[in-house]
Amino acid sequence: MDHPTSGAHADAHPIYETRLEGGKHWSLTVRGGTQMRLVDLEGGANVGMLLFNPCNVLERYNAPDTLKCQHTFKLTRGHCLYSDMGRIFCSIVEDTAGWHDTVCGNSNRALVQQRWGLKSYQQCRNDWHQNGHDAFLVEGGKYGLGRRDLAANVNWFSKVSAEETGVLSFDPQASRKGAFVDLRFEMDTLVLLHTCPHPLNPAAAYPKSPVAVELRRAPAVQADDFCLNACAENVRGFQNTALYRQYGCHPGEIAP
Amino acid sequence: MIKQSGLSPDTARYRQVIPAGEYWFDVVGQGQRFRIVDVEGNQAADTLLFCAADPAERYSFVDTLRAQRNLYLSVGSTLLSTAGRALALIVADTVGRHDTLGGACAAESNTVRYALEKRTMHSCRDSWLLAVAEHERFGLTKRDLTHNINFFMNVPVTADGSLTFADGLSGPGQYVELAAAMDVLVLISNCPQLNNPCNAYNPTPLEILIWDSDVS
Repeated sequence: MDHPTSGAHADAHPIYETRLEGGKHWSLTVRGGTQMRLVDLEGGANVGMLLFNPCNVLERYNAPDTLKCQHTFKLTRGHCLYSDMGRIFCSIVEDTAGWHDTVCGNSNRALVQQRWGLKSYQQCRNDWHQNGHDAFLVEGGKYGLGRRDLAANVNWFSKVSAEETGVLSFDPQASRKGAFVDLRFEMDTLVLLHTCPHPLNPAAAYPKSPVAVELRRAPAVQADDFCLNACAENVRGFQNTALYRQYGCHPGEIAP
Repeated sequence: MIKQSGLSPDTARYRQVIPAGEYWFDVVGQGQRFRIVDVEGNQAADTLLFCAADPAERYSFVDTLRAQRNLYLSVGSTLLSTAGRALALIVADTVGRHDTLGGACAAESNTVRYALEKRTMHSCRDSWLLAVAEHERFGLTKRDLTHNINFFMNVPVTADGSLTFADGLSGPGQYVELAAAMDVLVLISNCPQLNNPCNAYNPTPLEILIWDSDVS
């Protein structure tokens, strides 16, 4: 895809990189100014993600606010992920997959068992069939979050489109081996993530697509930044975020 | 899908007008029919549903849309909870489709969508926050105020993935009617939004009617 660049690039070498097998979960707190790259290592991956403000977990990713302020149904390069407080957790600064879902939610125990059969831990050890809902409960629980805190998540690498009549369809070919998405965090963010299958994935066998997670220092946001200038709404979202980073409760943070 | 209700307002056990910018928050019993009327037309009813016995189980738009494989709500839609159980069914609808993607307006999202100086304008989330503060017995807080249904609102999505807030399909006297599948706690904000066409820039009243299950 041909698109303008801001001229600033993140470091070539990650500060940290790791690999998550399919069907697993993790969480981490990411500082503002960090860039996270998710890589679909074998094609057909799904990364479920929820975002919270670690200083006040009542501030969290809000999918409807994110979609409506950017007049979009899909997430891709140029879009920002908004909290319910009008601030930007992260911007999608690069994306080679092209379409990420945020309206289809999560797999759960019943869905996984019905579609792919029960594989208990006792029976299968690390090959057990985990599900996205329980993954978020486990990761969220580490920060005092529970089922009341789970809302609509992002499903990175999963494409679900809608016909004019509203009929939804999942595209199993959407994400190719090596596809990646770069998330530039604009404020400190608690990230809950899992690699459990998308709930509409029709695969015959439980998908176990691995992903790489790479962390880099992000270059400072420039005046010609693609995400900042993608729409007037994002200009205001960045203003809200800068106001918080400059005058909010974050010790040691420097406004962009 | 458009389907008229067979119930007459004369047999309703309860009727209440909700002025724009105010809320309605109460329990609807299992089997009761619950109608929301767009009294003057083009008004958005930002609605949350909770399992009355366990409000941590609540309406989930993602589970609802995924189960019906369709973005829009109308007759035949089952409104599912976060635990995958039916909270209510849409049994009558004179509009044809309703939104559940667009969320509710809030002071903070208004700053992003319109201007930072809109932060003091009234919003659905402010009405919900006041509602939960004034009804501590229900045990809800901001944690529980998540993604809602926008009855009477029209948010079309295109095949290439864009989304718009379009002029409403509703009109004066149009309604949607739900049958409660369990005892449900219903929280409605009659949307005060003045910045977009969800209310035709003119917020107007809604009316709530409830029928007992033995009335036909």
